[in-house]
Amino acid sequence: MADIADITSAAPTAVPAPVVPLTTGARPASAAPTVPRRRAGRARRLGPGRRIPYGRLLGPALVVALWAGLSAAGRLDARVIPPPGDVLSTARELWAQGSLGADIATSASRAAWGFVLGLALGVALAVPAGLSRVGEAVIDGTAQLQRSIPSLGLIPLFILWLGIGESFKVGIIALGVFFPIYLNLHGALVGIDHRYVELAETLGVSRWGFVRHVVLPGSLPGFFVGLRLAATASWLSLVVLEQINATSGLGYRMFQAQNYGQTEIIFVCLAVYGLLGFTSDALVRLVERRALSWRRTLAS
Amino acid sequence: MAAHAGELSPAAVRIAGLGRRFGDRAVLQDIDLDIAPGQFVALLGHSGSGKSTLLRAVAGLDHDVAGEGDLEVPARISVVFQDSRLLPWKRVLDNVLFGTRGPAAAARGRAALDEVGLAGRERAWPRELSGGEQQRVALARALVWEPDLLLADEPFGALDALTRIRMHALLRRLCDRHRPAVLLVTHDVDEAVVLADRVLVLRDGSFGADCGIDLPHPRSYHDPRVAEHRARLLDALGVHG
Repeated sequence: MADIADITSAAPTAVPAPVVPLTTGARPASAAPTVPRRRAGRARRLGPGRRIPYGRLLGPALVVALWAGLSAAGRLDARVIPPPGDVLSTARELWAQGSLGADIATSASRAAWGFVLGLALGVALAVPAGLSRVGEAVIDGTAQLQRSIPSLGLIPLFILWLGIGESFKVGIIALGVFFPIYLNLHGALVGIDHRYVELAETLGVSRWGFVRHVVLPGSLPGFFVGLRLAATASWLSLVVLEQINATSGLGYRMFQAQNYGQTEIIFVCLAVYGLLGFTSDALVRLVERRALSWRRTLAS
Repeated sequence: MAAHAGELSPAAVRIAGLGRRFGDRAVLQDIDLDIAPGQFVALLGHSGSGKSTLLRAVAGLDHDVAGEGDLEVPARISVVFQDSRLLPWKRVLDNVLFGTRGPAAAARGRAALDEVGLAGRERAWPRELSGGEQQRVALARALVWEPDLLLADEPFGALDALTRIRMHALLRRLCDRHRPAVLLVTHDVDEAVVLADRVLVLRDGSFGADCGIDLPHPRSYHDPRVAEHRARLLDALGVHG
């Protein structure tokens, strides 16, 4: 101790290497570290940082800017990737003709019908399968087996059964929607915390009361996971269906544009698909936020 | 072990020859216990001594456990668990009212929340409350039923020391006012001595001590008579300081 104090109090030139920080006892008062001042409301040190306003739009905006820049510079072949201005004017044209609106209405109504049917079927089967042993034995085994057949693989069979009209398309979409709803809701119903069962028993709650107050609200988070997957699934099935066997709708328009080499129409339709998918997902998330307000956590 | 309850008053709980086994291991053996109406009984024991098993048997929660014996319990039993076990998707008042019926219950629920010092928090989500507050809601939920028997399984085990002391005072006040018989399972000797009229020590599946504590409330943790009981109970638990 005394040695170190001696060294540090000596002139620094006499010592080749700095030894001051070695021990606290020997540190001169002037070298005491200043305590950094803490501001309230500063960002968490290990968190991802502050939220950027409209940050999610930043990436897509950059991509579009790059696309416009390269097109304007003549670096993109307009037959392969048309400039954004052309795509926009094509969209305006198609809209003015009324064909774009009609295509959107046709496609959206197919997706909506399929979604509603699949949702109803998924809930109608998941609830008995999740709540009763008989239901589980009869329904769940069958549903899990069927799951291994991709719903799009059933297209030929559905065409034979339902003809090539709208009902087969709605049927295939409904099937694609059914599985995510069924699987997630069934899993959530079966996975209700055992401690709540005990609680309800001690409170003398009836079976129906238990289902209504514990099982159903407790399974809502899982149900919404399924709902979001289902919304995506409905658009996915739609795209495939409309490009194979359709005489109207966005997919049919794209198929035709491909034959005539109208790249900008394909781009318009793709953008519309994207917008529809984004809107439906945003809608589901909005409903979810409302329904699960008790769950609002640090993330929001 | 002689029943501490007076033979003249009818018992709220009557247990005779109770045994419970998990596989080959006997957790409870030939337990006899009478609890008088309004009596506050604390059940002390090491972990694994069978105290929770006994409470669950009295609560009727041990469906799949092998055993024998007679149990007489009142119709109205409330249970408070170590975790508050509030339904996160129900607001505080709705949690308190879970399982009750009718508009009269709502008034009782508000009164119970008031009693545990949470008036004004009826519309809060459980997630917004501290651990101590959540456990107070659980107490209110138990009180709404005006139980003849209150079963509490280490209800303060997950709380910090300061909150725990406040909760002791609250529980004792509530019990003095509502007079249910109480069976409190705990491993905290101080908690048992400060709160209970009678402390039972469970060792290896049967009672190792039955100790009446006849001190006025509120009891101080520093009262030498409390210290005396504490020493005796620690001895009964096989802990030598």
